Amino acid sequence: MKAFDFASPVSEAGVVGLLSGEPGQTEILAGGTDLVPLMKKMLATPDRVVNIMEVASLRGVSADSLAVTIGATTTLDDVLGAPELDDYPAIKQAIGGINAMQLQGQGTIGGELCQRPRCWYFRNGYGLLANRGRLVVEGDNRYHAIFANDGPAKFVHPSRIAPALIALGATLRVVGPGPQDEVLLPVAEFFRAPRHEGQRENVLAPNQLLTHILLPTADGVANATYEVRHGEGPDYPLASAAVALQMSGGIVTGANVVLGHVAPTPWISHEAAQAVLGWPVNTQTARVAGEAAVARATPLKDNEYKVQLASVAVERALLLAAGLPLEGF
Amino acid sequence: MIAYSWPKFGEASVIGKEHDRIDGLEKATGAAKYTYDVNPKGMLFAKILGCPHAHCKIKSIDISSAEKMRGVHSVLAIKKEGDEIRWQGDEIAVVAAETEAGASEALKLIDVEYDLLEVFVADDDLEAAEKAKRTQGAGEDIKVEDEPEDNVDEDEFNVAELERQFKEAAAVVEGYYGVPVITHMCLEPHGSTCYWDGDKLIAYLSTQNVSGTAAQFAAPLEITASDVTVKCDFIGGGFGSKFAPDSWGVLCAQLAKKTDRPVKLMLDRDQELKVAGNRPSGFIKVKIGADKEGLVTCWDSVHWGTAGAKPGGVSKQVVPYVLVPKNYRRKQVSIITDTGPDRAWRAPNHPQACALSQTALDDIAAKLGLDSYDVFMTNLVNATPKKGDASMAETYREQMELAAKLIDWKAKWHLHGKGQAKGDVVTGLGMALHTWGGGPFKGSCLVKVHPDGAVETYLGSQDLGTGTRTVIASVIAETFGLPLSTVKVNIGSSAYPEANPSGGSITVGSVCETSRRASQEALDKIFELAAKKLEVEADKLEAKEGRIQVVGDPKKSLTWQQACRLLGMNALEVTGKFDPATVRNSPLSSSQVGGVQMAEVAVDRRTGVVKMKKFVAVQDMGLVINPKTAKSQMYGAVIMGIAYALFEERIMDTKTGTFINAELADYKLPRLGDVGDIVVEIWQPESEYQRGVVGLGEPPVISPGAAISNAVCNALGVRVPVLPLTPKRVLDAIKKGGKA
Repeated sequence: MKAFDFASPVSEAGVVGLLSGEPGQTEILAGGTDLVPLMKKMLATPDRVVNIMEVASLRGVSADSLAVTIGATTTLDDVLGAPELDDYPAIKQAIGGINAMQLQGQGTIGGELCQRPRCWYFRNGYGLLANRGRLVVEGDNRYHAIFANDGPAKFVHPSRIAPALIALGATLRVVGPGPQDEVLLPVAEFFRAPRHEGQRENVLAPNQLLTHILLPTADGVANATYEVRHGEGPDYPLASAAVALQMSGGIVTGANVVLGHVAPTPWISHEAAQAVLGWPVNTQTARVAGEAAVARATPLKDNEYKVQLASVAVERALLLAAGLPLEGF
Repeated sequence: MIAYSWPKFGEASVIGKEHDRIDGLEKATGAAKYTYDVNPKGMLFAKILGCPHAHCKIKSIDISSAEKMRGVHSVLAIKKEGDEIRWQGDEIAVVAAETEAGASEALKLIDVEYDLLEVFVADDDLEAAEKAKRTQGAGEDIKVEDEPEDNVDEDEFNVAELERQFKEAAAVVEGYYGVPVITHMCLEPHGSTCYWDGDKLIAYLSTQNVSGTAAQFAAPLEITASDVTVKCDFIGGGFGSKFAPDSWGVLCAQLAKKTDRPVKLMLDRDQELKVAGNRPSGFIKVKIGADKEGLVTCWDSVHWGTAGAKPGGVSKQVVPYVLVPKNYRRKQVSIITDTGPDRAWRAPNHPQACALSQTALDDIAAKLGLDSYDVFMTNLVNATPKKGDASMAETYREQMELAAKLIDWKAKWHLHGKGQAKGDVVTGLGMALHTWGGGPFKGSCLVKVHPDGAVETYLGSQDLGTGTRTVIASVIAETFGLPLSTVKVNIGSSAYPEANPSGGSITVGSVCETSRRASQEALDKIFELAAKKLEVEADKLEAKEGRIQVVGDPKKSLTWQQACRLLGMNALEVTGKFDPATVRNSPLSSSQVGGVQMAEVAVDRRTGVVKMKKFVAVQDMGLVINPKTAKSQMYGAVIMGIAYALFEERIMDTKTGTFINAELADYKLPRLGDVGDIVVEIWQPESEYQRGVVGLGEPPVISPGAAISNAVCNALGVRVPVLPLTPKRVLDAIKKGGKA
């Protein structure tokens, strides 16, 4: 680990003021469950670490009649326990899937969205794009992307919660770089596939801070997350899907379907959403939607199996949201 | 002459009873100090620079910038210009600095230039390895039941005879099976904390070989073994990988000498996995033939695998495993790869051999449409190991019957792939069986009885997880008729009487031999003194419930303390010795065990996820000292078996030779929720008790690979040929319909 300065401001403006505009020069510390290992491996070598856990405005869950607001440093455990979020099982199921009380207790929801990819070429020091994707294509890509993998980025985005937030139509509040600067952007627009080494996998500038997540009311929105997990450990899912459905008379009148761990960003499947629109959710329609979700998948040499997993994840997320029994685990 | 013996069956008061570990509280509360916890005042931290490349030559090393860094006390180049590196992570240089982070930062300042060489790390494809000229023959055996006539060439006859057997077989199965390299993944990595007291080295070493490592430090440091004290009170896992100080232990001692400060050098997690040992891989192509009952009559196999940059792999001596047909040919090939060197891993060779052989046997059952249980039973006539003069077949038969009852085999069994699916989920049963030695090693044990009745004991053994302290205390307490808590056990120092390394499941047998002998000899002396006092013959006395008394007459007795006071001013010291080379057929210990394991799994056919429902492990181990710690060993072994059956593998990038999952975040292991309901059953009829003590640390880890693979095959009707049975492998196998 490289020696660094440590700052612990108590206000959002204080945080922004301590962040550098140069990529990598400063890093934001929340729960630290990802940053600290990256620093120990010298994959992150900031001159200054800015701890945001002392900023009171960033913490907690609140609700009014229109929206639920979650502060970025709210721990995953606190999100799980928040009664304001009882109508958002898609979020709670995703956090529940982490299966590690250490990560849930220490990790924050903002950190969960901003964590770096698990791609083993990145984690072994070959860069996020691993020689413009060549190492991944020729190497072991069993856990890599099956969508949007024609560019240099082949990793899968690691966030387990982002698909649910996107499906639920959540918005992010971002401040900086100026002390008065503030923007709201849909979660779907937060993520991007980097084109060049050094670019990050989201649109935050190095001196911007994600402060809050705003969820529209989920009244009457059936929602769920289903993850295909190898085991019960804290390991990331092999594929996942989150769905949010508006129903009328047993018929789907509005649908968002978002897949996780299949592309360099959370993957919005309009095809799957289209497939269930105007239909009731049952085993047949769910299966058709799952198949539609992966119709345009482009697996790499080792991850053909993920196509089926992604399809099953969509299918089972739909059944789960509709309160129907699953036929598998 | 003392007749060494154990209490009669059913008459022991301490041994054979369930006892908590006497050091359990220390371990549970964190009071126990592991090597990683030893932090002498003024200690420096050392870190090793590992080579980032798998195969290269060193062009130059420049340590000068690192030496100049603030807080750095010493930098040593380990390799020199021209040295060839054969695996990623090999040690290039080492730094000692004031802080751990500083040592890591200094490593980045070491400037090394490498000439990259061609990398080869793939061990699963024999043809590719042959093409790359990375194979080395490791021998071939052929054995047939019939004898050739005098005038017939034996080799030609054997080959023809094997061919004839295959032609006459009712069923022939050709299979491909594999087990990739896995690592030991000791929770506490390899390493030491060393300091010097003048010319004497004190090394706190994470080791399973306290008595054997002092000399290994001494030679490279050019001092004598008497100048070295190795200490290890607690070890966070070894599994066969921690018998030596290793180069990094010696470096730690050298840095401590050079800086005149205590130095700690523990490997980082990725280094631990890359350089500190692994279990060799095994892959096999096999053809087996059987009669219509499923009795295997002939076997023809070639298996290969890698032990790293040197020849090695799964020994052909144990392929086919345990159930060896009368006619067989087996060929072993080593694949030389640019990967870290192997080390002994819990029951070396056996887990792979079992997973490569007993899967094939199960495929015979599938092919003939027979119950796997019946086919295993039929093949017990070919059980090779012996217990003394007896065949193991009878042991296995009884253990199979017990295991089948515990898992309810008969009610749950269905033919391969013919079970009733519940939605996307199918269930299946599988079994396997194994053997191991586990006889004792030579050593000594000092027992000290003080005039106030205090009892302590010293021996240079260690607790690898066996509950060594508790075992020793149990034996001595049993002998003296005292409660377990009264015996103070001292292990974990090379200054104590020489004792066993903890490998080969020899610990319990070894420490029981020496501690029983020492305590029986000590008791004999105490009986002599007490006999005079009580005015009876010494051979009429017994030690029971804290008293030395006349057998059957507790009124004529002394308390233990009264008896010990007869020792006078000084403590009684007795050293018990044992050497299997000179003591044949010891009444206290034995060797050779058997075990039968059965698995019940559920498989989601659409995600390929395998879940353990139930796992039954039946195991013999002769006389059981402490059933509680014995069962702990079995639980641990079964969980470790589930790990390599369903989760863990070393993954090498074929292009760069990088071990890409060398972190706990990426190296998959099961959690409690993944292991299902585990039932462990100690098989100890009186005949087992009479055999004396046999070790069991390793055997229960052997069968899970084959048993779980067989259960998954039974569920799906398709063999998933290579472990671990990940969703990817399961779905790929279903897609191929069982074709390799």
